Order: sequence, then C-alpha cells, then structure tokens
Amino acid sequence: MTKYTDQGKQDTRSGFGAGMTELGRTNPNVVSLCADLVGSLKIQTFIDENPERFFQIGIAEANMMGIAAGLTIGGKIPFTGTFANFSTGRVYDQIRQSIAYSDKNVKICASHAGITLGEDGATHQILEDIGLMKMLPGMTVINPCDFNQTKAATLAIAEHHGPVYLRFGRPKVANFTPVDQKFEIGKALLLNEGTDVTIIATGHLVWQSLIAAENLEEKGISAEVINIHTIKPLDDEAILASVKKTGCVVTAEEHNFLGGLGESVSRVLASHHPTPQEFVATQDTFGESGTPDQLMDKYGLNNKAIESAVLKVLKRK
Amino acid sequence: MPDTQELQNLVTQVRRDILRMVHNVNSGHPGGSLGCTEFFVALYNEIMELKDGFDMDGNGEDLFFLSNGHISPVFYSVLARKGYFPVEELNTFRLINSRLQGHPTTHEGLPGVRIASGSLGQGMSVAIGAALAKKLNGDDHLVFSLHGDGELQEGQNWEAIMYAGGNKVDNLIATVDRNGQQIDGATEEVLPLGDVSEKFRVFGWDVLEIKDGNDLEQVIAGLKEAKSRTGKGKPICIVMTTVMGNGVDFMMHTHAWHGKAPNDEQLENALGQNPETLGDY
Repeated sequence: MTKYTDQGKQDTRSGFGAGMTELGRTNPNVVSLCADLVGSLKIQTFIDENPERFFQIGIAEANMMGIAAGLTIGGKIPFTGTFANFSTGRVYDQIRQSIAYSDKNVKICASHAGITLGEDGATHQILEDIGLMKMLPGMTVINPCDFNQTKAATLAIAEHHGPVYLRFGRPKVANFTPVDQKFEIGKALLLNEGTDVTIIATGHLVWQSLIAAENLEEKGISAEVINIHTIKPLDDEAILASVKKTGCVVTAEEHNFLGGLGESVSRVLASHHPTPQEFVATQDTFGESGTPDQLMDKYGLNNKAIESAVLKVLKRK
Repeated sequence: MPDTQELQNLVTQVRRDILRMVHNVNSGHPGGSLGCTEFFVALYNEIMELKDGFDMDGNGEDLFFLSNGHISPVFYSVLARKGYFPVEELNTFRLINSRLQGHPTTHEGLPGVRIASGSLGQGMSVAIGAALAKKLNGDDHLVFSLHGDGELQEGQNWEAIMYAGGNKVDNLIATVDRNGQQIDGATEEVLPLGDVSEKFRVFGWDVLEIKDGNDLEQVIAGLKEAKSRTGKGKPICIVMTTVMGNGVDFMMHTHAWHGKAPNDEQLENALGQNPETLGDY
C-alpha cells in the first residue's frame, strides 16, 4: 500500500482561487466572471490584481453564461463562477446553445458541488451536474480530488481549447496529491496498485478510497485505487487495464449513481470487458441540511461505504 | 442620404432568396425574415465596418449577433450576397449535410456566423460579452444585435439589459424588431410588452426609434444616428417598427406566415411582387 500524507486540510474551492491568482499573473487572456459569489469562489486576489479582467454579473447566471460566450469571440478565456447547481441545471440551455453547440472556449467553474455544501440543503446542493455536463457534446468534465489538484486543473484548462466544466467543493478535505503534479486532462492516476479489486473514485471520494484501501489491506484484501479527475473524456485504457487484472470494481463519487462516474465506467466495461461493479454514490435522491460529514455518512459516501461495497463485489467475482 | 437604388435592388433580391429558400424545403420562417430585410441589407452594406474574409474573433471590425435565430433566411441571404459564402449554397437551406441549419450555428463552420441562436433570449448577453472583449482589446469597433419583440418575453434579456445599462456597455447597438407578432398571435395579446422604448430607457439605455423599419432610408438614417450616439456611457437600443411579411401582400399584417412556407402558387404570386434584380441563385 502506497502511503499518502495529508498535507493539511484545505477546501478545493481555494485551490481554484489559487489557480485563478496564478492565471491572472501569467495569462493575460484569462478573464473571470462571477454571479455574486466572489467570497465563495475565493477569487478576490484575482480581482484585486486584475480589476479590468473581472466581471461582476450579479445574480443573473444565464446572462453570465452568454457574456462568457461573447467574450471568447474577442479571444478571451472566460472562467465563470458560481455554485454547481446554478452553474449547470439553472443555465443548461444557455450552456448548450451559446457555449457547447457554439464550441466556445468557456470554463464553467462550479463550487459547492455535491452534498458537502452542507447546511444550506438540497436547493443549493447538486448531485446531477456531472451527468448534465457530460451529456453535452464537446464538453470536458473535470472533478479534482483536493486543493493541489484543483489548482493544477485550473491552470491546465486555460491551456485547453474548448468548453470545460470544472467541479469543486466547499469543505476542507485532505490535501494529499503532490504540489507539483502535472494535470493531464483525460489521464487517470493510478494511486495504489492492487490485485483483488479496483476502486475508481473521483473528487472528495478519492481520499476516502485510499483510507478504505488501507483498511482492506489489514483484512488481506489488495485494492487498486484509481483517481479519475477527468470524467469526460474518460481514460478507458486505464480502467480496462486495471479491471482485467482485478476482475471487479467499485466506483465512488459524490453524485447520483445515475449519470455520474459509475455509469461512465459501466459503459466502458459493458462494451469491452463485462465486470461486476458496485456503486458508491447517492441513490437517486436529493440531499438535505446537515454537516458535510453527517451527510456523507447518511448517504453512504465514505471509506466505510467503500469497504462494504468492496466486500460485496468480491463475492460476485 | 446615399443612393439607395442599388441597395433597394438588393432588398428585392434578398426577398426572393428568402421566399425561394423556405419554399424549397417547405419549412422555415419567412414572415420575420421579410420584415427585417431592409435592416440586414442596410447593416451589412451601409453601416458596419467589415474586414475582408472571416475570422471568429472579429477583432478590428464591427460584429453582428442575431438573437432571434429563426429568421435565418434573411441572415443567410445577406451574408451570401455579401460574399461570405457562395450564393448557390442558399439552395441547401435546411437540407441534410448543409452548413445552413434551420437556425444558425457555428457548428458547421459557416462564415459570418459567430454564435448559435434559435433558443430565444440569449443573444443580447453574447453581444454584451463581445462588446466587453472589444473594450478589453482596445478595439473601438461596434457590436450590433437584433432581437425579436416577442423574444423579450424571455427573462434573460432583462438580466442582460440591466447589466449593459448598469455597466455602461456603450459600444453596443441592440435593435428590437417591433413587428408586434409572435407564433400564437399579437405580442400584446400573448404577453404584453407595453412601451419597449421606455423599458430600455429606465434600465439606463439610450433609445431611438425607427418608425418605418421597411423604409430603407429611414433604417440607414436610424442606424447612423445610433452609431453617432455610441461611446457616451450608455448602450443604444433601436426600437424598429416593421411589418412581418413585408413585401408580399398576403403575408403582411398577420402572424400566419411566421413559420410557414408558401406553396407553388403562392411562391409565384410572391415572386411576382418582387421581380428579379441581381439574379436568382
């Protein structure tokens, strides 16, 4: 078991903010738009240093998506910012027509994704956004796992031409990936080699998967852990190489089991290498108010749930 | 005023193009297209400063965004006759494998089109974004847009109108085609728009009106007046009154031809009212 060290808990949204600060200094074409959530998006430093490249749109997300599309026409690289719910479901048609169908170079950056937004409850949480975005032709969908990776992803998407959905969250979680790790869009990361089961995780569930793998090792089960930070395009090769070795798979995500990472993995397996799979994800439900930890526990999105899923899938091998 | 006879000939020919395009596929939107013909011809041939060729960014030239994408026939005809793509290609309108989709798109790479439109109410936001990019780029060219009046029922417009007024986007000229008709009937019956000019004004826009948007000279004068008012801290709105279906007597003053193509006999009649001037495609 490879050991990973928690370098100190940090929120992934701050990783986005740190990435924006760096982009503000290094890429003059990057512009930032926000729908009245500057504090939540952690972009104050970008604004302070580049006031002319920041657009406060107000509480008007549809207009924000259209203005972002228009800015690309002058060669700008717009990064829009609001909560994941208002970044996707609220403005789906605007993203579809003015950004994805029009192939505009807009980076849709979404904070407070999933149920770990916590106490605000279901109206502000979203568990469907990965599905909504991955179904749009041409859209790249990225869900990094910690502060360092979110920052690296923010920098990487500025270099990638085309619409991107970048998803991150509010709670402070373990920051464990190397600070200098290069972010390659579409390239899965093998975090731990194993032989009995493959755990494929994304976002906040990656760290939980590593904990689960460690616990499983004590029980004599060797788990391979893959970090899928890019859900679309999916790294089919990495997934297939692993399941051909282990023969079973657990997917783990802070998202509905319909439309998320798990379904994308199922599609790859069904087409190329049918494999028993268990889904750690929400079961077609809305969230509710509570602390992030309480919610992850109640909805079965933690290392214990992953362990249980592994024990279950091993019996189906 | 410029000598408008040449432009008037173009107007007539564009009307013929519109009628023949929608007749050819028995689908499309002739009513609003015919009503906006003078506007498009004036804009592209008398008003906008355009570079040769086409690139997506459009730096160093004026830009136009069509928000009410269903009037694509007039847009395509004017673009083709301006030289953006072969006029013969109008023959492929709405057919399989064509670059001339029912509603405009960048997806098929048609020169002259910079954003997809069709789902209504999104164009003004895009035009604002393009105008902001011009300001960032130090490009003093203008951004024009066209919106249907019924389209103003979409709430996103009012987000955009509020933004442009509040943020002094004064290199933008948005025109509202006030023909008073939409699919289900008169705009004032479906959902009253009331005093459109006053609504823009209270949102911080400089508003001017073109009383007869089917009078080429009035349209040119109105657009020139609008240009002269840019750069003064306010976005410009032109409320342009037009007649849906203009130029074809049986299509005028009704919403019946909003999205319906003429049959063979009706086409013959309509073309007879608009004799060939510059050659059919």
